Amino acid sequence: MNATAITNEMIEAPAPRKSGAGADRAFEWITAGAAWFVLLLLAGIALSMAWGGRLAFETFGWRFITSSDWDAVNGKFGALVPIYGTLATSAIALIIAVPISIGIALFLTDIAPRWTRGPIAIAIELLAAIPSIIYGMWGLFVFAPFMATHVEPWLADHLGNKALVGPLFSGPPIGIGMLTAGIVLGIMVVPFIAAVAREVFSAVPPPLRESAIALGATRWEVLRSVTLPYTRSAVIGAIFLGLGRALGETMAVTFVLGNAHDLSLSLLMPSNSIAAAIANEFTEADTDLYRSSLIALGFLLFVVTLIVLTIAKLLLMRVNRQMGRTS
Amino acid sequence: MAIPARRRAADITAFVFATLATALGLIFLFWILWMTLRQGAAALRPSLFMQMTPPPGASGGILNALYGSAMMILVAVVIGTPIGVAAGTYLAEHGRHTRVAKVASFINDILLSAPSIVIGLFVYELVVRSAGHFSGYAGALALGIILLPIIVRTTEESLRLIPDTLREAGFALGLPRWRVTRQIIYKAAMSAILTGILLGVARIAGETAPLLFTALNNQFWSADLNAPLANLPVVIFQYAMSPYDEWHSLAWAGAFVLTAFVLILNILVRLLARKGRK
Amino acid sequence: MNKIFLALPAAALLVACGSQSGNQGGNAAGGTSGTQVTGAGSTFVYPALSAWATDYRNQTGTAVNYQSIGSGGGISQVEAGTVDFGATDQPLASDELAKNNLAQFPVIVGGIVAVVNVPGIDAGKLKLTGPILADIYQGKIKNWNDPAIVKINPGVNLPGSAIATVHRSDGSGTTFNFTHYLAQVSPTWKAGPGEGKTVNWVGGVGGKGNEGVANYVKQLPNAIGYVEYAYVVQNKMSYALLQNAAGQFVVPSADSFAAAASTADWKNAKDYNLVMTNAPGANAYPIAATTFILLPKAPKDKAKSDAVIAFFKYALEKGQDQAKKLDYVPLPSDLVGQIESYISQNVK
Repeated sequence: MNATAITNEMIEAPAPRKSGAGADRAFEWITAGAAWFVLLLLAGIALSMAWGGRLAFETFGWRFITSSDWDAVNGKFGALVPIYGTLATSAIALIIAVPISIGIALFLTDIAPRWTRGPIAIAIELLAAIPSIIYGMWGLFVFAPFMATHVEPWLADHLGNKALVGPLFSGPPIGIGMLTAGIVLGIMVVPFIAAVAREVFSAVPPPLRESAIALGATRWEVLRSVTLPYTRSAVIGAIFLGLGRALGETMAVTFVLGNAHDLSLSLLMPSNSIAAAIANEFTEADTDLYRSSLIALGFLLFVVTLIVLTIAKLLLMRVNRQMGRTS
Repeated sequence: MAIPARRRAADITAFVFATLATALGLIFLFWILWMTLRQGAAALRPSLFMQMTPPPGASGGILNALYGSAMMILVAVVIGTPIGVAAGTYLAEHGRHTRVAKVASFINDILLSAPSIVIGLFVYELVVRSAGHFSGYAGALALGIILLPIIVRTTEESLRLIPDTLREAGFALGLPRWRVTRQIIYKAAMSAILTGILLGVARIAGETAPLLFTALNNQFWSADLNAPLANLPVVIFQYAMSPYDEWHSLAWAGAFVLTAFVLILNILVRLLARKGRK
Repeated sequence: MNKIFLALPAAALLVACGSQSGNQGGNAAGGTSGTQVTGAGSTFVYPALSAWATDYRNQTGTAVNYQSIGSGGGISQVEAGTVDFGATDQPLASDELAKNNLAQFPVIVGGIVAVVNVPGIDAGKLKLTGPILADIYQGKIKNWNDPAIVKINPGVNLPGSAIATVHRSDGSGTTFNFTHYLAQVSPTWKAGPGEGKTVNWVGGVGGKGNEGVANYVKQLPNAIGYVEYAYVVQNKMSYALLQNAAGQFVVPSADSFAAAASTADWKNAKDYNLVMTNAPGANAYPIAATTFILLPKAPKDKAKSDAVIAFFKYALEKGQDQAKKLDYVPLPSDLVGQIESYISQNVK
């Protein structure tokens, strides 16, 4: 060590690289660990459901999915009714939500006066913020009686006797059942699809729209021939996102679906969904097989939602790439 | 040149339909909010916030439920925020182009919309079965797992929004990476991350299904998170599905409080976002 | 930003401190500090049990937190050890008790009533028989003005609407007692759905708990359901008179339940395994039922087990007035004495 003068470099030198690098690596490990945690969480949930359900799958095999016998006393569990109820209510939800969402998106991007677009968009998004238990309560105390008094009798009277659709609308109009549950689910799902649809509708490059208009296209023709084809992936992705939500919804459905382990073609009849069955029966499943059957139901739901949401994400990722985003 | 009648009819139909669709959406929104307001406001009284959940036939309040929910949300935030912010940091910073980060981000978005009842089952198997009893901690854990992907997503997005020039400036000053992230990037993204936490809280405040077999419920006042704990969503569920009129009125009051809380949080978030943009 | 990182651990500490002092903390319901025990099960007994728990809390400070999740839930949670006691309306057989090392004793008797929500039909105006009930729930009788119902209800204006049946969606001791009765009076029911905490219901809506069934019957037009009588009284619901084994149409009340309960032969019931549906006697109500408490014989937490036993001693000895107010039937004092010695012998 020589007695040189203190140079500027020594004064301005940063902290010794070693500790900086050590702390850096620690930080990177911590954050990477957290990211891995997310991966492990999903794997953990899937594995834990599969493990818990293995007794049911081993005992019943494929019959678990095809049998509609849910008999807790004799230990026979078939998931057909909850699966059917989940799919039917979600289908009704989408049939209602998709046209309404696209209509809302069209309205917000093309028809509404500019100063109203913000507030209306916020209002529609508020529908998504309302907790699902509120939907359930409103469904049971307000909407179901409305359906029972005004809508279902009309449906039963006018459509209950017709050739093809008759069986869909038979049964006492009590207001709770697949139709009401499907409609409530549909309303819940609208904001999710509408938000994405609106975003991508407004992201259609103006030159595309303007050239169509210049060629004399009406508003509807622009939507049909330019906007929808351009945004097809995104809209389908949004629909899958809405489907994923509808499949897993518990509270709104438990209130108005009726908890009946009955397979019925009629939309006016009560039914059951996977989530509602688990919510109603899990705390009292008193045999291992019963508990395992419910967890097996949870596993099926998880897998189906996983697939649906993966498709949604893939479609939406493609759209983001189209629009130049890096995520 | 006039547009032929057929095309004009199609256009007008689309116009009318879109307007009706929006009107329908708004009608349902106001119908739900109005009923909640009307039924809930009728049941609002000071005893709501001063008394405990009553047995059937008696009158009371929902204080223990509000407290239990607040405690579980707090613990969920304490659990979920550090992990969520750390994971989001990795996805946006260190792991920006790694495979792990891409997969983790993908998986995270799936977890975001996963059915919450499955998460409740998972925590039941993991915690309640092995501990041998229901607990507020189990409920908080379930809520934390639901909260986590929201925080990861908002952290990742807000960190990504910060221009790289800020990071480069930090490096140019000789700061080690972790310092750049902590002292510069987090500061810049703080309000966005906070917004994410608020949104997450708004979401988990209303979650009922996962609490049904983790925290269960409690008729009395309790501050013990290691035992069944009263909470607002399960109380609303129990009371709404009962035949008692006093319970129904308490359920509506609870629904009103919950909805007001969630909506206020949402508005707060929007105001914060607007302020951040300025 | 650093402040945020400090705030989170501080909040966590606050919560942890709250947990420690939770049981000694003050509360608006009054009473001094005390233990807290958890029980779960039968919704049949819930109105009485929650009233007892509130009174007991005010008197001794011990909080008995009872979750009304259905008899099936009570049995499975006490067998899993996640609660300190379970309550069930379907008694367990001795071998199942032995398998799970549980003690079982009765605590109260009540009645299951058919409730209806038909416009124009007030409480006690409608008469039904067991076979008719069975046929309604099997879907064989579809409308309110079915000839079978009209025949025993002359002069009652019955609408032509379809009957909406409501049953239990959860594992229920109330369902067990109801179906046990139906199986005795209707051969087609016995061959069909049979008896049990849950059966293969034909159609109808499922409600969670006695509460859920009562709620649905109140909400749905032209509905019928079966609930414990306290729910009928507390919610001013419309109920039907039921024909008993002696051929009389009996009004549900504490007296007719007591008449049914008096025929029960408790002395010869091992582990109190006894069901009292379709009891003989001119005034006996046909569907009376008992709620049983399940306790671990070798409890994990002795202090909690003692607290539970003390609570039920209180309920059996001093809770009678409260129970009678809700039209339950308290157990006779010699049976109470028998139960208390059973408990001290079996629960260590």
